Amino acid sequence: MGTCEVTLDVLPRLPEGKEILTCLQCGVCSGTCPYGEVMDYPPRRMIAMMRAGMLEKVFTSDSLLSCVACYACMAKCPRGIRLTEILLPLMKEQTLTHLPELPGELQRALQNTLRYGNPMGEPSRKRAAWVKTAGVPIRILAEDPRPADALWFVECYTSFYPRGQDNSRATAKVFHRLGIDYAILGNEEKCAGECGRLTWEPGLFETLMDYNMAVFQKYRFNRVVTSCPHAHNAFKNRYPALGFHWGLEHVTPFVARYLDRLKPLLTRKLNYTVTYHDSCCLGRQNEFYEAPRLLLRSLPGVKLVEMVHNRVNAICCGGGGGGMWLDTYFKAKGYERLSERRVKEAADTGADVLAVSCPYEVSRFEDALKVTGHDKQMVVRDVTELLAEAMED
Amino acid sequence: MTGSICVLAEQWRGRISEPTYEVLALGRETADSLGVPLTAILTGSGARDLAQTLGIADTVLYVCHPQLAEPIPQPCAQALAQALANRAPRALLVPLTNISLGIATLLSIRLGAAAINFCTDIKVVDGRLQAVCVMYGGKIEATVEAAGSPAILGIWPGVRPADKGRAERSPAIEEITVELEDSPVRLKRYIDPEAGDVDLTRQDVLVAVGRGIQSRDNLPVAEELAKALGGAVAGSRPVIDQGWLPLSRQIGKSGLTVKPKLYVALGISGAPEHVEGMKDSALIVAVNSDPRAPIFNVAHYGIVADVMETLPSLTAAIEARKVAAHHAP
Amino acid sequence: MHILVLLKMVPDVVEDLEIAPDGRALDVEYLRMILSESDDHALEEALLLKERHGAKVTVLALDAAEVDDALFSALAKGVDRALKIEGMEAGLSTRQAAGAIAQIIAAEPGLADADLVLTGVQAIDDLDGLIAPMVADQLGRPYLGIITRLSLDASGRTAVATKEYPGGVRGEFEVELPAVFGMQAAEKPPRYVPVAKVRAAMKAQKIECAPVPTLADGGWPAVQVVEMKRNEPAGHAEMLDGVPAQVSETLCGILAGHGLV
Repeated sequence: MGTCEVTLDVLPRLPEGKEILTCLQCGVCSGTCPYGEVMDYPPRRMIAMMRAGMLEKVFTSDSLLSCVACYACMAKCPRGIRLTEILLPLMKEQTLTHLPELPGELQRALQNTLRYGNPMGEPSRKRAAWVKTAGVPIRILAEDPRPADALWFVECYTSFYPRGQDNSRATAKVFHRLGIDYAILGNEEKCAGECGRLTWEPGLFETLMDYNMAVFQKYRFNRVVTSCPHAHNAFKNRYPALGFHWGLEHVTPFVARYLDRLKPLLTRKLNYTVTYHDSCCLGRQNEFYEAPRLLLRSLPGVKLVEMVHNRVNAICCGGGGGGMWLDTYFKAKGYERLSERRVKEAADTGADVLAVSCPYEVSRFEDALKVTGHDKQMVVRDVTELLAEAMED
Repeated sequence: MTGSICVLAEQWRGRISEPTYEVLALGRETADSLGVPLTAILTGSGARDLAQTLGIADTVLYVCHPQLAEPIPQPCAQALAQALANRAPRALLVPLTNISLGIATLLSIRLGAAAINFCTDIKVVDGRLQAVCVMYGGKIEATVEAAGSPAILGIWPGVRPADKGRAERSPAIEEITVELEDSPVRLKRYIDPEAGDVDLTRQDVLVAVGRGIQSRDNLPVAEELAKALGGAVAGSRPVIDQGWLPLSRQIGKSGLTVKPKLYVALGISGAPEHVEGMKDSALIVAVNSDPRAPIFNVAHYGIVADVMETLPSLTAAIEARKVAAHHAP
Repeated sequence: MHILVLLKMVPDVVEDLEIAPDGRALDVEYLRMILSESDDHALEEALLLKERHGAKVTVLALDAAEVDDALFSALAKGVDRALKIEGMEAGLSTRQAAGAIAQIIAAEPGLADADLVLTGVQAIDDLDGLIAPMVADQLGRPYLGIITRLSLDASGRTAVATKEYPGGVRGEFEVELPAVFGMQAAEKPPRYVPVAKVRAAMKAQKIECAPVPTLADGGWPAVQVVEMKRNEPAGHAEMLDGVPAQVSETLCGILAGHGLV
């Protein structure tokens, strides 16, 4: 089912809409929502307004700006209502058209993504510039269109931001040592658009979907492997409507499948105590809880400890649903940054390393560690970075 | 007058602007290269005494009319066109500032002359004038020639030191009367900026602090440096998040984008979110105790040192130099 | 009340600019075009005035790469009419563009009656001058530039325009209408328009095409680019070493050399 067909008018007549109206008004969603107490209309109240025919009030308030699309409400709903997947994006789309002014940073991110294929506004022709620094050969399909087994969809933060590039270099090293047959799109790649979809802008998402599908269809490959859980979600849930038919995995579970080949390569002892943060997209949304832990436990000299809220209960880093570009907005409203809440929990475990598997989390948690004063005690590393570190050069 | 280099002097609120002297300095150089006189043109009403300060020129044409009391583009251009009608200057240099913007274009239409915008330099090549123009937001440098004479050149501020455009001697002043109709564009009042209302995007100098400043208590030291340089204090994200500076001072992805003449980054690591907001600053100086801080990739000059150890001596050195310059002969 | 907004596409400097083989112009192969930033502000100010006074807004642009995106985006934001001037060669000077625009304003019905003509104060490629005063001169109308706020008096025959001066000073002017203004910034940042709305505008609305004007030989002297090159950035930082006092002296000298002290 494509986003295109479902609108707020049509929704009540569809099975999904009827499902929403079976809501018990139990309030578990609002109670679990990390920003539930500051929203004027958390999910429960939103549905109540829908029943009362007063939805207009919801999207003329800025309540939905606080939704970080963390799936917590949807995971806990006793009725199994697909709040984050269906209702919330539709509500956000309406809010976008009703808000007198969009917060500047979010507006720029959306405009940049449309124009340059990345929210940072970096030139699209620099997207693959990091490849020269990778230290291993990386095939770019535009230059060498021979078939590949895996198309590695690198994504934006992992292409343009220095810490994201660290992740990409680590991924390339791991793939290379595992003998994986892969290639990337290079400068032809544009954001998969998940943030556009979950963040108010189905039109932007459709434009990116059209573009990416056209690029995919130029080449031959068996599966898409991506570093970004948001891209993974887009390809899994929405792109099939436009013909996406290839195998799909996020890098972490993909690499975990090669554990037998991987283990002998992990020869350097790391001596870290590591705690793992379950990202919302990979964790709650897709239930990939064990693959990253399996990889971490196979690192020599690594001890794994768990935070109080882990797996399905993990606390979001606050980057989803547009949150990545609304930090100043949240701060102005006096909200606690979710990433700060989370790193305090991480610090409580006494670990040296906070391991993550989503590119957003690296910069968010590194910032939060500085602000909360824990940056001497703890560093942030993607699981793939740790794997690469444990491989001798 | 024929073949001379002319410079439009900006008079505004009773003073000649700094960029005027900068452009006069360039005008003097160009006139000397060509071996022709330098003429300054001043428009105004009751502003004759300001003409005395334009002594670097050989002559000052003082064009006066009540309508010229304020530098409004259309009346100014009409007056200048009349004043220059029977003279045939080689080129007229007009400062590219908020005061004079539009005059060069209007005058070029009236005189049937070519206009060249965005000039940062003038070269004389085989007796021809070439303008060096910085276009496309500073990314491209074009060397441009205009056919015919005069050429009206819009000159960016800062092309030469203003001091080179000043001279002690009194110039010859020629007063010119012109005829002007009542202008359909009338100034009602000036609105001065509110005290304490700092717009960082309009500052020439910014002293930006990051976590390396270590504590809110150290902010006054940064403020001293900002004051010595004639600028304002700004901050990177962690500093604003901790409430040491208000939101209006934030530079970067979630704050302002600035392009000052000088950006001093103190204890700022240079994360992309911050660099996004200041990378086009004309001159970037970074101080950071981490030699691998990414800010050194975007800075023009870098100092690896503790911010709090460097700041006081830097402020002192600047104050000392200012005092020395003030007393210079 | 009718507002005419003049829009121009300029090279997008986010992508690296390359020089053409002849060394005198930009290489167009990878060039992307974007709406001139201050024109975007002019459009926003027009839309704000439309909201306040119920004015009709028309946008007019010369044909260029990606101009349709800008025009449909303007329609999606609420302008009433969009016109494109077609058939002219690329690389027109600002002066030639002004001449073409003035001809279209005279020839096309419903344009000459505009009470306000708004456009950006200056574009990054306005090498031979600014379009707002040129068009004002062609139309014989008053002009004022660097405007950050416009309001209309009750009679609709005068505008109050706020113009920026150096040092944060502003000047408030009374300008008799019809007039031409060069906008520096709208009162609010240019609004966001959802992509879905632009796509809907592309399906439901039309961009009118205006006939090719004759490029009058204005008899004005041409401006020739002799050479064009990239203004290369500084690269990595030059590191200054020494004890604080030494480093401060060195740095101070550097700043003085840049006229900053």
